[in-house]
Amino acid sequence: MKAAAGKVAQLLVVMFLVSLGTFSLTSLMPGDPAVAILGDNQSPEAYAELREKLGLNEPLVERYFTWLGHVFQGDLGTSMVPPNEDVTSLIRSAFAVSIELAVLALVVALVVSIPLAMISARRPDGLLDRAASATTFGIMSVPSFVSGLVLIALLVNQLHLFPRVGWVGVTDGLGQNLYHAALPVITIALLEIPTFTRVLRGDLVRTLQEDFVLSARAKGMPAWRIMIFDAFRPSSYSLITVLGLSLAQLIGSTVIVETLFSLPGMGRLVVSSASQGNITVVQGAVLVIAACYVLINAGVDLMYSVIDPRIRRVGA
Amino acid sequence: MSAPEAAALAPTARPARRRRRIDLLLWFCGAWLAVLILAAITAPMLGLQEAQDAAKTLLEPVYQPPSLGSTHPLGTNALGLDMLSRIIYGARVSLTVSISAVLIGTFVGGTLGVIAGYLRGKVDRVIGTLTNTLLAVPALILLVALATVLRPSALNMALALSLVAIPGLIRVTRANTLAFAQREFVTVARALGAGRARVVFRELMPNVLLSVVPMCLVYVSALIVAEASLSFLGIGLRPPQPTWGNMIGEGLNGKMEDYPHLVYVPAAVLFLTVFSFNLLGERMRKRWDKREVSL
Repeated sequence: MKAAAGKVAQLLVVMFLVSLGTFSLTSLMPGDPAVAILGDNQSPEAYAELREKLGLNEPLVERYFTWLGHVFQGDLGTSMVPPNEDVTSLIRSAFAVSIELAVLALVVALVVSIPLAMISARRPDGLLDRAASATTFGIMSVPSFVSGLVLIALLVNQLHLFPRVGWVGVTDGLGQNLYHAALPVITIALLEIPTFTRVLRGDLVRTLQEDFVLSARAKGMPAWRIMIFDAFRPSSYSLITVLGLSLAQLIGSTVIVETLFSLPGMGRLVVSSASQGNITVVQGAVLVIAACYVLINAGVDLMYSVIDPRIRRVGA
Repeated sequence: MSAPEAAALAPTARPARRRRRIDLLLWFCGAWLAVLILAAITAPMLGLQEAQDAAKTLLEPVYQPPSLGSTHPLGTNALGLDMLSRIIYGARVSLTVSISAVLIGTFVGGTLGVIAGYLRGKVDRVIGTLTNTLLAVPALILLVALATVLRPSALNMALALSLVAIPGLIRVTRANTLAFAQREFVTVARALGAGRARVVFRELMPNVLLSVVPMCLVYVSALIVAEASLSFLGIGLRPPQPTWGNMIGEGLNGKMEDYPHLVYVPAAVLFLTVFSFNLLGERMRKRWDKREVSL
């Protein structure tokens, strides 16, 4: 119980620091934010008015708490660039796209890497293992914008299998939605497959040396049964950690893929707002992404006690 | 989870291979990096074609495909600028920025990690919270947010990128310090009357830092990718300054279909370099770390 309270306290401190950091972005901005937003050829009154509107005349601490108060009410302010949309609703629609991409990509990555890890772990250092290990090592060194461009060149320009750019929401038909999501999802999945495969393979190899596997083998269980029903669960803890962290990271870090395929996700929102100096949107988006990361991490910690009975007893 | 951390985490168990063969791949990667670094250092003396100033290339052919042996072995871009020369000047930027970012990160992260691991208690908790805060924002988003407010110069770039490497390095050096602090030489130093500062900086730091060298190499490759990603997005170092990322970015908007070399040349160089750093880090880890035999 005490440990749980400590965890929650640490989460709150981390979130506080993140919010402070994102908020102080405005004061790090070189020059006058009002000039940055309006351009240089406006009347002094216009600047003064905007500064007043942004609350720039109040001290930093006071502004921070005003902002935080609004954040707690779900109000992240309005965009600084016309048409001055509501930041919260901008983020909501971008978030839906990002979470769909991230979840689909993780599913694809798992579908590829679990069998791959099992095949590799079956005969460590065998031909298949070495081939898989070399391939994943190679893939690990390909940045996503390179693999994305290669996929575009092959699957779009040569084979015309997928659309080049664009996004269709789930509400406009699941088929179309998946058709447009396929290529970006594959590109993101390629980033995750090497890590997943390597982590799971390592744990499987270790589990397969344990006594209970030996006894299962002695009873005459076929190798595939042992792999799937006996070895997989106790080997999946590291994979679940990595999976949680990946989900949390992916919500923001699919920027490149979103840019490449012109998808309206969180990353794209941050980058396009950043290039316009639209600081309120950047602030809001970074805060939401960080909150997700912290919450998902806490969720992963909880998950351990569900899948690993040993931790449950110690933690209770 | 970032690649370097995953690489450091990945557990393994496998007997070492019986005979050590000559590792051709390792030699190839080492040679590539050596050539690249040498070319980057001596770039102004190599008599390369124009890389930056489009005013000087008005008479040069544009979009010339690569042909070794000609005056433009790797071709030219939309402004007639020489691709080989841009690659080499791009290497200067990529390598200086990412290597100095890792050095800054190792110094700051290493110091904090060793202090946290040796002093424990309150200091450890404060540094731990700081690490978690930095980790809570995905690397690329952190960089984009910083790019909104910082001027895109090489120094700012290195500082921003070092923030990405710091949390991971704090965690690993802290864990290593916890192990080293139990060793005899630390006990002996303390018994001989060494103060905290001496134990931290003279006894622990050298040992711990040496053990994170393989991880640093992997970070160099991760940061090369991060730098390239930023310039690819158009928020890192800007043209006319050539970087591998903005060179690849140039090939977008339909130009890749007609002039594939605009993308493939820098992409191949980027891949080879990242791969080489990764491989070097991986092999070094295998060689030095006796607990984790191999992957």
